[in-house]
Amino acid sequence: MPELLQFLVSGLTIGAVYALVALGFTLIHNASDVVNFAQGEFVMLGGMVTVFATAAGIPLPLAALLAIAVAVLVGLALHRLAIEPARGASAVTLIIITIGASIFLRGVAQIVFDKRFHQLPGFSGNDPIMVLGAAILPQSFWVLGGALIVFCGLFLFLERTLMGKAVLATAANRLAARLVGVDTSFVLALSFGLSAAIGALAGILITPITLTSFDVGTLLALKGFAAAMLGGMGSPLGAVVGGLVLGLLEALGAGYVSSAYKDAVAFLVILAVLFSMPQGLFGHRSVERV
Amino acid sequence: MSLGMILRRGVIAAGAFLLAAPALAQRAPEPIRIGAVLSVTGPASFLGDPEDKTLRLYVNRINQAGGVNGRPLQLIIYDDAGDANRARTFATRLVEDDRVVAMVGGTTTGTTLAMRPVFEDARIPFISLAGGIEIIDPVQPFTFKTPHTDRMACEKIFADIRARGLTRVGMISGTDGFGQSMRGQCVRVAGAAGITIVAEESYGPRDSDMTPQLTRLRNAQGIEAVVNPGFGQGPAIVTRGYHQLGIRLPLYQSHGVASREFINLATPAAAEGVRLPAAALLIAEQLPTSDPQHQVVLDYKAAFEREFNQPVSTFGGHAYDGLMILVEAMRRANSTDGTRLRDAIRATRGFVGTGGIVNMSATDHMGLDLSAFRMVEIRNGDWALLGN
Repeated sequence: MPELLQFLVSGLTIGAVYALVALGFTLIHNASDVVNFAQGEFVMLGGMVTVFATAAGIPLPLAALLAIAVAVLVGLALHRLAIEPARGASAVTLIIITIGASIFLRGVAQIVFDKRFHQLPGFSGNDPIMVLGAAILPQSFWVLGGALIVFCGLFLFLERTLMGKAVLATAANRLAARLVGVDTSFVLALSFGLSAAIGALAGILITPITLTSFDVGTLLALKGFAAAMLGGMGSPLGAVVGGLVLGLLEALGAGYVSSAYKDAVAFLVILAVLFSMPQGLFGHRSVERV
Repeated sequence: MSLGMILRRGVIAAGAFLLAAPALAQRAPEPIRIGAVLSVTGPASFLGDPEDKTLRLYVNRINQAGGVNGRPLQLIIYDDAGDANRARTFATRLVEDDRVVAMVGGTTTGTTLAMRPVFEDARIPFISLAGGIEIIDPVQPFTFKTPHTDRMACEKIFADIRARGLTRVGMISGTDGFGQSMRGQCVRVAGAAGITIVAEESYGPRDSDMTPQLTRLRNAQGIEAVVNPGFGQGPAIVTRGYHQLGIRLPLYQSHGVASREFINLATPAAAEGVRLPAAALLIAEQLPTSDPQHQVVLDYKAAFEREFNQPVSTFGGHAYDGLMILVEAMRRANSTDGTRLRDAIRATRGFVGTGGIVNMSATDHMGLDLSAFRMVEIRNGDWALLGN
């Protein structure tokens, strides 16, 4: 029983990060049909800027805010300098642009920061808390709590504010949204900024557990993308569920099946789900009427 | 001016330059080209970065002191980012385009094995900086290595476990080349060392959480100690998880993490009591002055830390050993011919490096014995030399 709890906490913690990355994918995808493969780099920026800012003597909360601000600026710049000029290009072209941007950001990070791994002390210390025989790092609660706040905040924003409705309208039908006066170009910029902020927050929260370096984004983007596909690309709820399920599958796979096949277990389940539900768990069936 | 004229002038200028180039080159002695393919970035940047810095630093120093046999050294370094495919491409480029006379580097066992055939075919000496024993066992005519092998690390660790009166060991290994190679060697020598391996787990080189695997190890029947073959940030995360779960069994890391960065990443509290076999360089100040390596390791450490303002690691030391063995061989052979150079490297006797005393032979292309390893324990965020 303590093992199960240990595996669940471990899976939920890493799953929450996957979910945040998947949310970033979803937001941008909804506004533009683009899968932004630079999403992982926002996570990297969040972690790395915080590490270097705290090392320079800036207190942690300020450093975290600075990191989010840097990531948002980079996200907006990515939109303004790379996506906006290619407006009207096919989604595939835009996706390739984001892959290029991701490689570029990693290269710049390598020069601006360095190539080594870095750690950040846990926000509430590194001493584990014992819960029913499972040792849980206080940082896990930070990750889960932070993710929960982002999920709720995003939900309220999308459902309760006019701006949020505009984002949803753009996602539902861009042309119709434009016809009723939604500035879809602004919505797209907003999506990039928001995705960058969420990604950076994930990076800040997870760094005390997993360490960070200039290239941590690659794998997280891949896992986040898998989570978004599992949940159904385009559904924020799907992204959250997909991320948590992927994290749990990995932890339980490593704990109960075999650590050698833990990624295989996770991806097998994803394949099985997509095979029977090609739109993902929460995706909408795209039916076109003629 | 018409386009044609511009083009013609350009061609004439280029032609004149080409004619002038050999004349210029004749004045200064032609440099000796030494190649290096290192994993300066990527998951093995831990190792590749200090190697890169060390090679640049010492090639500069050697050139300032007049070079080798009256010729300066020219170092050509490529970064394979830990990717064996890229390493092989760069190796081919070093041989075919850059025409190097020798090669120092190959940061990981994976990249080294990918590059080895290129240098063997070209009959160019290749001194690898990677740990895997399969690099030199069986002996390849032109391939050497400077670091201790993972088999020696396993033997050293198992001897220490036995000395504590323990025999039942669990292993958690990285799935990268280093982790898998060392795991294989540990399994192979376990029986002879009187060790029983009771449980085995693994993790991916980029995994961010190992607590599920460690939980399984903790619950394994009769387990008395844990060995973690791996390098990079993986062992740091394993060590953190070990501390988080409050596992009290002795934890052994490999020589793959012998750098101060490991203690920082794992945090001193979690790393307390972790033991690992390491080269003398790690505990340079603690070596008695009577130790033959005392002066060499102190000099290298001082030079590296003054230049780069970052703590020395044994991996940079491997690069120092490789370069110095090569330079000494070039001086003895007074030649850059591949086969003669190889024979001279093979004839290395009593070379005192940062990794140990090197005695090469036709059947031993590494030249180190178990005495080159020192067992250290991490205490209060620092290394402590255990009585060997």
